[in-house]
Amino acid sequence: MSTDWLASTPIASPHVHAGSSVSAVMIKVMLALTPATVHAFWLYGWPAIFLWFATVFAAIAGEAFCLRMMRRRALPVLKDGSAMLTGWLLALSLPPWAPLWLGLVGGLFATIVAKQVFGGIGQNLFNPAMAARVALLISFPVPMTQWLDPLPMGSPVAPDLVRSIQIALGSNNELDAIASASLLGHAKTELARGIDLTQIRLPAFGPRGEHAGSLGEASIGLLAAGGLALLLMRVISWHIPVAMLLGAILPAAIGHALDPSRHLPPIVHLLSGGLILGAFFIATDYVTSPSTRLGQFIFGLGCGVLTWLIRTYGGYPEGVAFAVLLMNALTPAIDRWVRPRIYGRDRRGHPLELGK
Amino acid sequence: MRARAFFARDKVPWGVHPHDHKRPAADVATRTLPLPERLYVPLQQHIGAPARPVVMAGKKVYKGQLIAEAQGPTSAAVHAPTSGRVHAIGEITAPHPSGLAMTAIIIESDGEDEWIDSSPCRDPFALPPEEIATRIAAAGIVGLGGATFPAALKLASAHKAKIHTLILNGCECEPYLSCDDRLMRDAADEIVAGIRLMMRATGAQQALIGIEENKPEAIAAMRAATHHSPAVEVRVVPARYPMGSEKHLFSMLMGREIPADCRTTDLGALVHNVGTAHAVYQAICAGHPLVERLLTVHGAAVAHPGNLWVPIGALVSDVFAFAGLLGEPARLVMGGPMMGVQLPHMQVPVIKGTSGLLALSAEEIGSTSPSSCIRCASCVRACPVGLLPLEMAARIKAGKLTAAVDFGLKDCLACGCCTFVCPAHIPLVHYFLHAKNELAARARTELRLEATKRLAAARKERLEREAKEKAEAAARRKAERMAQKAALHRSSEEATV
Repeated sequence: MSTDWLASTPIASPHVHAGSSVSAVMIKVMLALTPATVHAFWLYGWPAIFLWFATVFAAIAGEAFCLRMMRRRALPVLKDGSAMLTGWLLALSLPPWAPLWLGLVGGLFATIVAKQVFGGIGQNLFNPAMAARVALLISFPVPMTQWLDPLPMGSPVAPDLVRSIQIALGSNNELDAIASASLLGHAKTELARGIDLTQIRLPAFGPRGEHAGSLGEASIGLLAAGGLALLLMRVISWHIPVAMLLGAILPAAIGHALDPSRHLPPIVHLLSGGLILGAFFIATDYVTSPSTRLGQFIFGLGCGVLTWLIRTYGGYPEGVAFAVLLMNALTPAIDRWVRPRIYGRDRRGHPLELGK
Repeated sequence: MRARAFFARDKVPWGVHPHDHKRPAADVATRTLPLPERLYVPLQQHIGAPARPVVMAGKKVYKGQLIAEAQGPTSAAVHAPTSGRVHAIGEITAPHPSGLAMTAIIIESDGEDEWIDSSPCRDPFALPPEEIATRIAAAGIVGLGGATFPAALKLASAHKAKIHTLILNGCECEPYLSCDDRLMRDAADEIVAGIRLMMRATGAQQALIGIEENKPEAIAAMRAATHHSPAVEVRVVPARYPMGSEKHLFSMLMGREIPADCRTTDLGALVHNVGTAHAVYQAICAGHPLVERLLTVHGAAVAHPGNLWVPIGALVSDVFAFAGLLGEPARLVMGGPMMGVQLPHMQVPVIKGTSGLLALSAEEIGSTSPSSCIRCASCVRACPVGLLPLEMAARIKAGKLTAAVDFGLKDCLACGCCTFVCPAHIPLVHYFLHAKNELAARARTELRLEATKRLAAARKERLEREAKEKAEAAARRKAERMAQKAALHRSSEEATV
């Protein structure tokens, strides 16, 4: 018998594997996002499709560029799918008709600044998609808040392909005409004008829950279904999503019950903005969330409460991205304080007492 | 399948549930390996000091004859696995990935397989407990679950600690392995007799046999065999890896944890493998020392997987030649796939602790190229002792071994659950074993340094003392001389006067 196989380095046990892989995890998440994304494409037409491709492309290109700079082979790393997922999530959080350059800048920022600068996958402190969204929002507030009501493909109001290309390239004179406030934005503006919430008529939700907002915001139901699919596939556990939703809804319910003139009802909080997308797809990012179940619950709760606080009392109408980033910063601290109990030891690591 | 796993997952909140691959190999009738021409019987097949050979090259030996005696307090005797002639006391590759050599007594079989005059015991239950332990020690029995700690020592310490419960480990939670399962089906009565002898040796009032639920035939056989022994009870436990870990089986059966600084004997229990109980029966009732064992030969590269009686010292190549190989295996493993060791090649002897020999295909091993940790924390949920494998590995990778210890490195069982589930295929256990070895090496260096320091300090003190004594002696002599001179002077003065 030949002994070629002996050359392989000896390795410690175990010698079998459950068969999971990083790319399989990323592919499952992307599959869960697909129905909502396709629905969003239908609602917002070609400009949204162009924007999605631009953002995903930029995220992958940014990662490849950094890997080449480090003289590493890019393809094996890109195959894990994490850069694509980052670009995808960022695209879903952008205004649907945002110019392509916005998606390109955001995608590059996400993988270069928020991910590779920290050391690549697994090393980044902040969620790359949310870091990029916040960077864009602060740097380019005008295109980042150009919302519009859905114009489903095939409907007479939808732009044709040529017009779509013009929109994608940034000619948005038409946009001003059809622009619409997001629900949360509208509420915030009215409140700032001193009009109490019981007096104003909130823009209605469409028949399928669609309303003005970011690309992913219009497909809340499909996003929630995708999130449930992730739960069933055991890609994520219930701790972060449930805690985050509770963290936002409970204070909203209390606030609304105490003073409906200043606090939006919890259902509005639940169905608008990025709460569902954030709870199932963004806050659950493995890299930037705690390792223990209890830690994850605390993290999720923090994300939810901060979202509500920012939406209600902050300067911005939407707070999911900020909330997630703030809790990302707390993740190392949570991981430091919340640890599993070791067998035969108490929570502080001392051996259990024999008598007990 | 997946939905079932989803709902059933928290029955036991630790560990993993790998595909067990036990059947159909477990259901194949037990076979016996044809006697190889040469047997390589290592002197070190147990935890402790190697045995000391008591035979010389050229000497005729009989099956079961003592060929190497226990040396020191923790050691185990070694016996000839067949009759023949001692060819040499030489070297053979150790069953360890390093491929380093170890000393072995090489026996050339004469093909007769003739037993030495053995002394079967007619009424073993009349023997005093100490005598049972002595005979177990004389038979060279070690823990056959894989730990290979000398069995008699464990029994004696348990007797001293006044234990009340003997726990028999029949879990066999390692995938692929089915030798304990097979032994319980084939020799349930003998195992139960062995258990009762061990109870007598330790003074335990009850015995609990823990068997995983995936072995219904073994459970039925053991239940039937324990029917007339009310103190011996079969307990069915969930099939979950690592149920066969001493800590986890104890907790499952006794309902409490073993404190980190205690052993099971501190809590009144002793854990032994069912295979060890069978060896005890053979030693006491038949007078046969431990010279063969049942092992599982398995893996996708094996043509006829199943369980074999193999004499100690048979080469792995003998076993695979008998079981047949389908192409070249991607990896050879001694023991189970979760905790077994990779073998450097097939010219390695079977030892007392060899529970299985696996020839695994590349497909079974899976990817061997690790990628970066994505902090998914699968390892945290899989860890049966509540560690944070990802944090420990990150620290070890950065060379911060003491930081890894702060995260509980010393509580790690090296069970492999973390590595098994890691989607990034990071060899976490490899890191942990490396760190543990490195820390042990450092501790040894530290001890040596201390000893050197102590010796140097003692030498310095001795030199100082000697110098001081010399100076004092010199001063004393000088004073004496002065006194003499003065006396002389006085006497001469007196003479002048």
